[in-house]
Amino acid sequence: MYATRYSKPKNIEEGVSALHAAEDGKLLAGGMTLIPTLKQRLAAPDCLIDLSTIGLSGISGAGDGLIIGAMTTHAEVERSADVQKQLPALSVLAGGIGDRQVRNCGTIGGSIANNDPAACYPAALLALAAQITTNKRTLAADDYFTGMFETALAEDEIITEIKFPKTHKASYAKFGNPASRYAMVGVFIAKTDAGGLRVAITGAGQDGVFRHNGLEAALAQSFDVAAIDATAIEDSELMSDIHASADYRAHLIKEMSKRALQAIG
Amino acid sequence: MAQLSIIVNGQRHVNEIADNILLVDYIRETLALTGTHIGCDTSQCGACVVHVNGISVKSCTMLAAQADGAEVTTIEGISDGENLHPMQEAFHEQHGLQCGFCTPGMVMSAIELVEKNKDLSEQDIREGLEGNICRCTGYHNIVKAVQTAASKMQR
Repeated sequence: MYATRYSKPKNIEEGVSALHAAEDGKLLAGGMTLIPTLKQRLAAPDCLIDLSTIGLSGISGAGDGLIIGAMTTHAEVERSADVQKQLPALSVLAGGIGDRQVRNCGTIGGSIANNDPAACYPAALLALAAQITTNKRTLAADDYFTGMFETALAEDEIITEIKFPKTHKASYAKFGNPASRYAMVGVFIAKTDAGGLRVAITGAGQDGVFRHNGLEAALAQSFDVAAIDATAIEDSELMSDIHASADYRAHLIKEMSKRALQAIG
Repeated sequence: MAQLSIIVNGQRHVNEIADNILLVDYIRETLALTGTHIGCDTSQCGACVVHVNGISVKSCTMLAAQADGAEVTTIEGISDGENLHPMQEAFHEQHGLQCGFCTPGMVMSAIELVEKNKDLSEQDIREGLEGNICRCTGYHNIVKAVQTAASKMQR
């Protein structure tokens, strides 16, 4: 690991100042991606800015919807009574990320800031029409995820919380990579007031998470497995890598969509 | 360099540390507690699992600086003098190890798993230990050991 400085700001302002002062500063959330990246020398930031002590953790279930602080860990989301009651699919999703130690440290804000094309949370945020609040503004999930490992965040923008709207139906099914538990394909189906019926796919797209128009149209017509079966899944825009071909990922999209729908109750 | 103040196995340590030192290296090299192992160094194998404020973490994937002010427990800190922790005893009784390299991490993960979850099924235990890899593939006896310990710890 290259030499780097470490700073622990007490609030957002100090965090932003530390980012401005650094040549190539990086925000450190749970560190589950960033620290392995540093150890492999794939990144060499001159300063790490730890967000763990600026009060961005916690879950509030009051009112219509859920608000989850950016530094809330996957384990906290998995075990939250509010999440289990209002949005159980999100608890299931959080409980399926990585392994227990990853879930104990990894955070929702870190996950969506990194926007790994095989991460689970981006599918939930997009399908649920979530809103991402930062120190500067509030963004709709539709405008936030802009490509593989790319987001609409500015260099000195810090995610503070994620708001999930009132949800009528939600379900997530993933085919995890047997070694890493990253999604080879993950499908999140949701019905919300804010976003209507949506089907978001992670793990498969060349540009990261995306909504599947064909599945959304089919399920809007008829909300059942037969509608998914009758939908053609194009593979020309899907990823091919050592884990799976585009063709196989297309097959998994259909299967995971069916599993998600069957579990939606 | 930064000042680190940390409690490890009940004892406070104050050290000047490099900003980029990993918690596992601090534990092994500065404190000479070599029971915590480095197996893969890529966050996968779990041989380095310790408890930080009661939560199991991979100490190869955390900076020592992140643990400033924390209470850390390593494999050296779980027995009561000469009396083994029930999880250690169960690994011994059930022969839950072959080469033993993964054992410290397995034991630390398993303790947290059992402390936080009641009525664990065999499947729950297997899933709960997903972050720990045994290269001897001795999983059957490890699961048996965790079941044995769970029945003692939760009695």
